[in-house]
Amino acid sequence: MGADAAIGQIKDAKKRYAAGVLKYAQMGYWDGDYQPKDTDILALFRVTPQDGVDPVEAAAAVAGESSTATWTVVWTDRLTAADMYRAKAYKVEPVPGQPGQYFCWVAYELDLFEEGSIANLTASIIGNVFSFKPLKACRLEDMRLPVAYVKTFRGPPTGIVVERERLDKFGRPLLGATTKPKLGLSGKNYGRVVYEGLKGGLDFVKDDENINSQPFMHWRDRFLYCMEAVNKAQAETGEVKGHYLNITAGTMEEMYRRADFAKELGSVVVMVDLIVGWTAIQSISNWCRENDMLLHMHRAGHGTYTRQKGHGISFRVIAKWLRLAGVDHLHTGTAVGKLEGDPMTVQGYYNVCREDVTKTDYTRGIFFDQDWAGLRKVMPVASGGIHAGQMHQLIDLFGEDVVLQFGGGTIGHPDGIQAGAIANRVALETMILARNEGRDIKNEGPEILVEAAKWCQPLRAALDTWGEVTFNYASTDTSDFVPTASVA
Amino acid sequence: MRITQGTFSFLPDLTAAQVKAQIQYALDQNWAVSVEYTDDPHPRNTYWEMWGLPMFDLRDAAGVYGEVEACRTAHPGKYVRVNAFDSNRGWETVRLSFIVQRPEKEDGFRLDRTEGPGRTQRYALQHRSYAAG
Repeated sequence: MGADAAIGQIKDAKKRYAAGVLKYAQMGYWDGDYQPKDTDILALFRVTPQDGVDPVEAAAAVAGESSTATWTVVWTDRLTAADMYRAKAYKVEPVPGQPGQYFCWVAYELDLFEEGSIANLTASIIGNVFSFKPLKACRLEDMRLPVAYVKTFRGPPTGIVVERERLDKFGRPLLGATTKPKLGLSGKNYGRVVYEGLKGGLDFVKDDENINSQPFMHWRDRFLYCMEAVNKAQAETGEVKGHYLNITAGTMEEMYRRADFAKELGSVVVMVDLIVGWTAIQSISNWCRENDMLLHMHRAGHGTYTRQKGHGISFRVIAKWLRLAGVDHLHTGTAVGKLEGDPMTVQGYYNVCREDVTKTDYTRGIFFDQDWAGLRKVMPVASGGIHAGQMHQLIDLFGEDVVLQFGGGTIGHPDGIQAGAIANRVALETMILARNEGRDIKNEGPEILVEAAKWCQPLRAALDTWGEVTFNYASTDTSDFVPTASVA
Repeated sequence: MRITQGTFSFLPDLTAAQVKAQIQYALDQNWAVSVEYTDDPHPRNTYWEMWGLPMFDLRDAAGVYGEVEACRTAHPGKYVRVNAFDSNRGWETVRLSFIVQRPEKEDGFRLDRTEGPGRTQRYALQHRSYAAG
C-alpha cells in the first residue's frame, strides 16, 4: 500500500546503518510478509496519519516508537539482535466508513516484555507513540496476549466460580447497589443504607469511587458501621452478604492498612479504583489472593481515554490488562443505563472478562482470538442508571454471570430502600425463572414483570416510578463493522 | 423469617410444575442434578447431606423429580435444595441451586457480638434452635 511499502527495509547493512534519518519502513518496522508467531504479542492500532503521511509509514512508525526505534539511525542497534527486537507492522487496512483512519496490525517479540508486569507492557505499547507528531490521532483497539505471556500472570485472585462457591449464590446475576448520596453521609447513616439494602435482598452494597476518608466520614468509621450492617443483614436473611469497602488511598502503605482492617472485620470483599495504577492493582491483587478476599475494580477515569473512537485505548484492552493483573469484579457497562456503551461493544467487554477463549468477532470489536489459558474469569459489573423495568434487557444482553447494580434504582424507591431491593430481587428471580422455563424474555419481559408486580407491591411501585425511563442516546464508541444498534 | 439462600427464594414457593421446568432446563444444559437436605442452614454450612449421588445418568425430569419427592417425604420439616452441576472445564461447579422445601416455621439466626480491640466487634451467626440446645 503506497510507494513507501515498495521500499521496505533496506537490506544492505552498510546503507541501513549509515548515520542520518530513514523512514521507519526503511529501518525495518514494516514487513508486509511477516507471519506472526504464536508467541508474539499482537496489537491493533487505529491511526489517523497527518496529511501526506503514507499509512504504511505511519504503521511502521507506530511499531518503531512502541518498540526499539528512535528518530534517527543509531549504530548501537548493531550490538543487538535488532531484527528480532524490532516490532513489525504487518498489515494496514482503511477503517470502513472512516476516511483518513487506518487499522494497523503490529507484532512484538515476546522478549521485549518483562513477565508478569502490566506496567512494563503498557510502557512499551502506549508509552510514546500516542504523542507522535506524524499522527493526528492514535487508538489502541485490541491486543492478543500469547499463552506464553498470559501464563506469567496470576490473574483474578478469586474468579467467578470461586466467588459463587464462597457466596453460595448460583444461577442468577448478583445484585448490588451503590450507597447514595455518595458523599456527605456520616458513618452511622451510611451503614443504615447498607443494612437496608442488604436486608431487603441485595447481595452487595458498594462504596462509590470517590469515598475514601473525608472530613464527614473517616474510613475506619465507615468500615465499622458497614460491617455491622453486613453481619446484621446476614443474620436476618441467612445469606452471605458483602459491602465493597473502598481501600483506595494516597499510598500503597495506607491501602494495605485499610485492607488489613477490612480483613480483621471479616469483610469478603475490598475495592480499589482504576486510577490507583497498574502496579498498585497487581500488588493489591496479590494481597487479596493471600487473604481470601474478592477484589472489586471500579473503572474510575477510564472515560477520559476509552470513549472517543479516534484517540485513546479501547476499554476491551483495559479489560484484558485487568484480567491479567487480577481483579474479580470489573465495571464493564450497562448498554441500557446512563453511561456510554453500545450494546455489541459492551458485550465484547463481557466476553473478554468471562470466556475461556475469546474468539475474533469484529461486530463486538474483538479483532483476535485470545486464549486465556485457564486464567480465572472476571465477574463483570453493570452499574449506572439502570432499574428493575430493564431486567429482561439486562439478562438478555449479559446473561447471569454479572453483578447488576441499581443504586438510585434501589435507594430512590418511593417506599424505601428495602422495598427497592425487594423489587429488584423479585424482578431478577422472576426473569431467570421465566428464561429457564423457555420464555422469550427479550420480548415478553415487560409482561413477565407486570405479572410479578401483581403479587409484589414493591415491584409495582418501582415499575410505576421508573418503567418508562430510558437513556437512548447514540453511542460514540461503536464497531465499524455493523450499524449502530439501539436498545430502547 | 425466611432464609433467602438459593436462586428463587424471593418468589412464592415453586409448584411441582415449576420445579420440573427448572430440572428440565438443567438437563437441557447437560448438567447433573442432585438433591441435598439439612436442618442447619447456616450460610457457612456448605455440605448439606446428599440424597444419593448427583444423577449424572438420569436425563428424565420426571425421574429426577421423583427423587426430590422421595427426599421431601423422608425428611419432612428440613431444608431441601436442588442443585445442577456443570462438569465442563472452566466451570466444574454448581450452576443452579434452589430450595424446594423449608420448615413451616424457620428458626433463623441470632447474631452474637464479642468486643474486640478499639471499636471492633467479632460477629458470629448462631442458628437459633442450635443456640438454644
